[in-house]
Amino acid sequence: MSNYDIFFHKISLIISLALLWLMLSGHYTPLLLLLGLLSVLAVTIISSRMKLITYDQPILQLYFIRFIPYGFWLLIQVIKSNIDVCRRILNPKLPISPRLISLKSSQSSSFARMVYANSITLTPGTISIDLDGSNIEVHSLSLEGAEGLKTGKMDKKITDSEAQPYV
Amino acid sequence: MFEIPTFMILLSMLLALVSAIIGKTIYDKILAVNIFGTVTVLFIALFGFLTKRPEFLDIALVYALINFISTVAILKFFEYGDISASSIEKEKGDI
Amino acid sequence: MTAIEILSGILVILGSLSIIVGLLGVYRMPDFFTRLHAASVIDTLGTILILFGLILYAGLNIVSIKLLLILIFILITTPTAAHALAKSALHGKLKPMTDDD
Repeated sequence: MSNYDIFFHKISLIISLALLWLMLSGHYTPLLLLLGLLSVLAVTIISSRMKLITYDQPILQLYFIRFIPYGFWLLIQVIKSNIDVCRRILNPKLPISPRLISLKSSQSSSFARMVYANSITLTPGTISIDLDGSNIEVHSLSLEGAEGLKTGKMDKKITDSEAQPYV
Repeated sequence: MFEIPTFMILLSMLLALVSAIIGKTIYDKILAVNIFGTVTVLFIALFGFLTKRPEFLDIALVYALINFISTVAILKFFEYGDISASSIEKEKGDI
Repeated sequence: MTAIEILSGILVILGSLSIIVGLLGVYRMPDFFTRLHAASVIDTLGTILILFGLILYAGLNIVSIKLLLILIFILITTPTAAHALAKSALHGKLKPMTDDD
């Protein structure tokens, strides 16, 4: 890894931290801008001394953009299964039948696999317990949730979004 | 108009604390503390709107960060007995 | 009171109701792993409804950007915390109650 690449990684960290500071601050007087610049530089120096900047990644982390349309679909699924779980909780008989199932994920990159496991956990009624290679162990609250995951619709959607070129 | 939801959220914070006290295993207690943190973030955000001081949102943001880190740190302490334990050589990965 | 303010009030009240429902689930569920499902109702539905209602009330300014940041952050970190809890409970010899038939 050349010095040139390390320099550009540090510059991109400084720019993103400065944008975050400007977004959160809301006060733009010279003294506060100076203090913000000092804190951004301090964070950059500390994180490079702690070796927290990983240099083997691309400089601009825009990989997540292709998952944004999937996010809206996930939001609808989350609200649907929330209503289902709320009805099960409010039912006096508590109609649950918990079970463990094992799923195979067909994604190639580890980021997409992380998105899949996190979407399973984010949806109420299913929780990913263990991740081992491409096998995901899932605990499901009801038979319907397990059947819905076994159809592989969510898995296919993530694999499709992963294969998209940059938007 | 935000008085009723703020009162309900205060009530649910109380319920979460009671659940943390009567939890049987350590994981039940950690789960209840995690719920308490999430509800507290929402309470701080609502309280800022109730008193017309949106500066409270910064505190809510910081509390959300601390809540996540404290949960993972407590879990790591109970799994390895050491917060600074490294899990690189373990094949199962971090927590 | 405009229509948007009334809508945001309704969303916030629905969100706090769903938090109460989730806590009721935490009290009623028989086992740790099923309790996690009830807790994820609080983390998703309650958070989304309350913060979205506040975003509607605030309009488009720095306050709503901060609220959106809190919402995205909570939606990313709570599945991670739930997964860590479940995995650590499984390693801690806590057997999940299953109902296979």
